[in-house]
Amino acid sequence: MALNKHMRGQGVVISVPMIWMILLFLLPFLIVLKLSFSEARLAIPPYAPFLEWVRGLPRPVLHWNNYAFLFTDPLYVASYLYSLKVAAVSTLCCLLLGFPMALTIARARQPWRNVLLMLVVLPFWTSFLLRVYAWIGLLKHNGVINNLLLWLGVIHQPITMLQTDFAVYVGIVYSYLPYMILPLYANLEKHDPLLLEAAADLGARPFKAFLRVTLPQSIPGIIAGSLLVFIPAVGEYVVPSLLGRSDQLMIGRVLSDEFFENRDWPVASAVAILMLVLLVAPIMLFNHFSGREIEAHK
Amino acid sequence: MNDQVCLKIENITKRFDDFTAVDNVSLDVQRGEIFCLLGGSGSGKTTLLRMLAGFEKPTSGRIVLDGVDLADVPPFERPVNMMFQSYALFPHMTVEKNIAFGLEQERLGRDEIHRRVGEILAIVKMGNYAKRKPHQLSGGQRQRIALARSLVKRPRLLLLDEPLGALDRKLREHTQFELLNIQKQMGVTFIVVTHDQEEAMTLSTRMGVMDHGRIVQVGSPSDIYEFPATRFVADFIGSVNLFEGQVQEVSASRLRIRSEELGCVICADREVACTPEAKVWAAVRPEKIDMTRTPPAAVAAGAGPENLCRGVVREIAYMGDASVYLVTLDSGRVVRVTLPNDTRDTESRIARDETVYLSWTTGSPVVLTE
Amino acid sequence: MKRSGAFPWVMMVLGLLFLYAPIISMMVFSLNNSRLVTVWDAAHSPTLKWYGELLQNDEILDAAWLSIRIAIIASTGAVILGTLTGVALARFGPFRGRTLMVGMTTAPLVMPEVITGLALLLLFITLQQAIGWPHGAGFITITLAHITFCTTYVAVVVQSRLAGFDESLEEAAMDLGARPPTVFLRVTLPLVVPALVSGWLLSFTLSWDDLVITQFVAGPGSSTLPMVIFSKVRLGVSPDVNALATLMVLLVATGIVVSAIWMNWQNRRRERDAQLAAAANL
Repeated sequence: MALNKHMRGQGVVISVPMIWMILLFLLPFLIVLKLSFSEARLAIPPYAPFLEWVRGLPRPVLHWNNYAFLFTDPLYVASYLYSLKVAAVSTLCCLLLGFPMALTIARARQPWRNVLLMLVVLPFWTSFLLRVYAWIGLLKHNGVINNLLLWLGVIHQPITMLQTDFAVYVGIVYSYLPYMILPLYANLEKHDPLLLEAAADLGARPFKAFLRVTLPQSIPGIIAGSLLVFIPAVGEYVVPSLLGRSDQLMIGRVLSDEFFENRDWPVASAVAILMLVLLVAPIMLFNHFSGREIEAHK
Repeated sequence: MNDQVCLKIENITKRFDDFTAVDNVSLDVQRGEIFCLLGGSGSGKTTLLRMLAGFEKPTSGRIVLDGVDLADVPPFERPVNMMFQSYALFPHMTVEKNIAFGLEQERLGRDEIHRRVGEILAIVKMGNYAKRKPHQLSGGQRQRIALARSLVKRPRLLLLDEPLGALDRKLREHTQFELLNIQKQMGVTFIVVTHDQEEAMTLSTRMGVMDHGRIVQVGSPSDIYEFPATRFVADFIGSVNLFEGQVQEVSASRLRIRSEELGCVICADREVACTPEAKVWAAVRPEKIDMTRTPPAAVAAGAGPENLCRGVVREIAYMGDASVYLVTLDSGRVVRVTLPNDTRDTESRIARDETVYLSWTTGSPVVLTE
Repeated sequence: MKRSGAFPWVMMVLGLLFLYAPIISMMVFSLNNSRLVTVWDAAHSPTLKWYGELLQNDEILDAAWLSIRIAIIASTGAVILGTLTGVALARFGPFRGRTLMVGMTTAPLVMPEVITGLALLLLFITLQQAIGWPHGAGFITITLAHITFCTTYVAVVVQSRLAGFDESLEEAAMDLGARPPTVFLRVTLPLVVPALVSGWLLSFTLSWDDLVITQFVAGPGSSTLPMVIFSKVRLGVSPDVNALATLMVLLVATGIVVSAIWMNWQNRRRERDAQLAAAANL
């Protein structure tokens, strides 16, 4: 039975956080939505009012120009596609690196398991910004990696790594790897080792057993981890700003520039709304999965 | 025990959306009784218990405890306490604090609380464990603390949800007798929910068998075992052979039933009203069937085969104190027979594939109409 | 069957190398004397001079102080709101608006920060036009924004902690005569205390670390530590940031390792107690 059936205070418990989240999470998005249909003006604030008064009656004004603009200017389309590509490649790399790591942790014996888990989580608690920054020193033209390779004689001229796609992938994989490993570990840890023994008993070699037993069972973990990496990576701002190319911006940077540099708030809002539209399916999927997790806990 | 009604349940129904968990149940429980609600999972027994505790609100019907309708009394104001299946001991409190919790809610003085906690700990023989935390106790010890915590408030009714369910087999028997002792000592009325018939039979003074949200039979354990009211009860409690047949002849004291699947006529004491040609079932417990290598003399002399059939032993399960035999009759029907192993002479026992005769007295079958 | 080959272990080692190499190189170069950062000045290193300069950098110290104040208030607020949310989700069964609540606690976890930042800034501007509050962007707007995104993390932590406890604990308390507020204070709350502590710490680090959302909602006058660092490192590597980063990493690492050891010790004690209890079984 739920506690609330006898609790007069339940209304407070529910409504306080509810009102807060509606005011500071839901309402802001409605404002962005509204603004994306407004016209930019050289004023403070720099957009036209949403409602026009026509014969004493308010009438909403919907300007589709901002969206039309986004589609006609190839710069925006290219940024969206580039962001999706970066996010997809980074997610895949995270999965390829994170899965074996999660598997190793899940199959390690205590106390190794806790130690490994802590080693993976530890960087996650330190500053995201500083961790991305640390890569500058490694990837630079005269950075640690180039110096090391030159010294080893592997290369004879420094490789350009900073301000390339490669650097962005490295930065994103590096920052988001724990988001991939943790849900995967949570899933893999629940697997019954007896299933693998049963598979071996029935004649499956370890790799076959992995493909037919472990992998299918870990799909929820793979999906959760991939979404946790992919969705924020699409809008990533810090990593491309510090490590990425200057000739091809990711959409997060475009949004920020549109807002702060061009002061075109309606276009910035339209960029945000289109990004949300692109991400709405993955976000719903994520909500569905983690919502189910919340229900399953009950 | 006096026969004063303590709890009166009147036409209680509980529906969850379109599922009826408890269906129009009425029940009287006497003061000082140990009443067991026995049923499988989904039979509605736990929902009924939770309605008594106040965790669920009945869709309709009344629950009257000592003349007071409990319908609108919240759980924290009911003079009823519950011992949870998981024990639900507060993990962050010591044994002492756990037990004192209920008394603190009554705003009793500190000395009074201390005294009563001490008393109840002595009764459950856990006086040395007052300062322990629940995770420092074994399963059996936790069970006693849970019992003490619910008893210390001196409830008029104690509800126990599968009280022995979490204990291992050896501990169960011991705890069972202790539970009976404590109940007698405290004089509290117990209502026990269980799915374990053995637990219900040994604990209860009376029991109610539940199925699909209804109470199908109420009675003492021996009533229910020896005189089951329906096929469900006969089959649910213990094991039974159910023979389908048609009433052939009704006399003042006897019933004669023709059973095709048995290939003989069943003659039974008349205990139910029934008309000739009606479809009935005869329930015969495996231990009430006699199995011999030769037909019993008294029957062999008689006219037709009555309460007698022939078959071949197909399987024998040795249980130590008794053995269970599965006998395939000439008609193809399989009958279950239990014989006590009352000698150590294994040679003389009936073996597999032997031809045997099964017989029983007129008092053995229970005739059931539903 | 435990042998699934060396491959996962190789990946594990490579992965850990990947995770720690940048941090370690950053720490090493924080001791480098050269301003050229990546060129090791063997003659004059190691040196602590960048640490000394750090302590005299008022811009960084002011920003750090602002960040600390915001983080403390934000994580405290987030713990309060997040606890209410977590309790409602874990214990209140189905209620009206539950789906909305679940959605609003899970969506922010993955929402790209630029979107959240933009949305919050536009909200604050709209509010200011409509009711004249908050007056200008700065401390208040940053704190409100941080409370909002930290709340969801606390809610998830509290909810999953409560889910680990049988709801019959609260029922038992009620059955023993405790009214719902008492049940909450004496049973539910003590059970979630560890979650509150970790939720608070998590919120603190999230708030302390946030750059993107903060950049949107911060006014011109108020710069948090990540904002100052970002504007410095955008221009390239800077040795005093190496020193700052080293200090922060060491501080966090010590905290985490100490708490992990403490938790491990607690678990062992619990296990030993449980074994003793089992041995003392009747």
